[in-house]
Amino acid sequence: MIEAIESALDFLPAGLVTLIIIVGKILVLVLPLMGAVAYLTLAERKVIGYMQVRIGPNRVGPRGLLQPIADAVKLMFKETIFPAKANRFLFISGPILTLAPALAAWAVVPFDDGLVISNVDASLLYILAMTSLGVYGVIIAGWASNSKYAFLGALRSAAQIVSYEIAMGFALVGVLVAAGSLNLGEIVEAQRGSLGIINWYMIPLLPLFIVYFIAGVAETNRAPFDVAEGESEIVAGFHVEYSSMTFSIFFLAEYANMILIALLTALMFLGGWLSPLHGVLPASLLEGEGVLALLLGDGIHWLLAKTSFFLFLFLWFRATFPRYRYDQIMRLGWKIFIPITIVWLLVAAAMVVWKIGPWFN
Amino acid sequence: MTAITNYFKSLILVELFRGLVLTGKYFFRKKITVQYPEEKTPMSPRFRGLHAQRRYPNGEERCIACKLCEAVCPALAITIDLEERDDGTRRTTRYDIDLTKCIFCGFCEESCPVDAIVETRHFEYHGENRDDLYMTKEKLLAVGDKMEKQIAADRAADAPFR
Repeated sequence: MIEAIESALDFLPAGLVTLIIIVGKILVLVLPLMGAVAYLTLAERKVIGYMQVRIGPNRVGPRGLLQPIADAVKLMFKETIFPAKANRFLFISGPILTLAPALAAWAVVPFDDGLVISNVDASLLYILAMTSLGVYGVIIAGWASNSKYAFLGALRSAAQIVSYEIAMGFALVGVLVAAGSLNLGEIVEAQRGSLGIINWYMIPLLPLFIVYFIAGVAETNRAPFDVAEGESEIVAGFHVEYSSMTFSIFFLAEYANMILIALLTALMFLGGWLSPLHGVLPASLLEGEGVLALLLGDGIHWLLAKTSFFLFLFLWFRATFPRYRYDQIMRLGWKIFIPITIVWLLVAAAMVVWKIGPWFN
Repeated sequence: MTAITNYFKSLILVELFRGLVLTGKYFFRKKITVQYPEEKTPMSPRFRGLHAQRRYPNGEERCIACKLCEAVCPALAITIDLEERDDGTRRTTRYDIDLTKCIFCGFCEESCPVDAIVETRHFEYHGENRDDLYMTKEKLLAVGDKMEKQIAADRAADAPFR
């Protein structure tokens, strides 16, 4: 398809065509992502409402489906308030520095075999780098606001993200050891096998899978690890002083990060776009051109379904668990997750060396 | 021993999963939200909403300006002036309730010896000017005239319990 566009535009200078194609790729990724973010906020309110035996928003549009649009319009028309003693430059950079890495990380995420903006060999490292860069936005926002609550929130967020980054990194090392590659597409393909679900890394790397997902929840500052916002003690944490679009950009980044973590968990531990029906249904049903084969076989829809499941877990957690105390968060990160990941790293390495199970031969 | 079992219990997140199961069950429960403007909750005949002044069936106002309601009102929301009419009856010349002060305790209604001041079931009202929530005698009588049927029915329903 890209070749077709290239040939259709060949009357333009070559550099311009490349630019158009790059911008087009970005738009194709970012616009649905923003839509997903918008509707994730609605899903969150609905799911939490349902778990509290309420209905949730249902007034704007049929069943409340236009609520995110109403929210976006409202936020756009509000005034951005700059605190009198805030550092204006940093105050504006904060949200931008939060959103930019959250979106940049998506550049290397594959959605299907070969369906990726940039097929980088070190994509896992790149993602680790980008997700941890997000904390700078939070720290800068907390500092620039010149408010004690924002500052405390930023401190907490920084400490928390640094702590969980380690456990998360170790969990990713486990995946790296198992798959033998840092390329996300190759990691998914390494989970392909005749046994379907059994072949996915969530079975041999179960502790790493759980640690990764929980650390991901902590990384995105979501409940029950949302001490950075902690409305009961520090109002709204690092974004107390933000209003209108600057505030909503923090939200966009948070939800984009949530989707990213959910997607990465699906890619690395749940076989990404691989169909769970391998080994259950005969291979003839899963391959070929028919509608049934498209539906049951590998494809982007499986990845999206798995991602939605993890996103639902995010919301489910928020509706269920009370916020951890700050010292409990630190204890969980340093004294439980890191030892577990280190031990299981050795176990995974041993399994790879001695080719144990159906995963590593 | 219990320390060890507890350690493993927390390690495999038993309690967290229990919590998730609980909220998961509630996810599928029937929702109890009342969709307010379309649906309403049932209301007691004793409901204490907007005030009204009642009249006798012959059209004469009930209030005899005894000032008991003014005396009992804990929010000092009631103001009464009175006169003696040519036929020798006491009547109010002024009977004001400031709804912005009123706490809707219902004491005025309780204290009234002639059931003149009552609180109706009507609660969906609003004011757009400052004076709108300052109920004068005329406004109170107008509310009473409008809602007399329901007011009478509610008093009758509550009478056996008084």
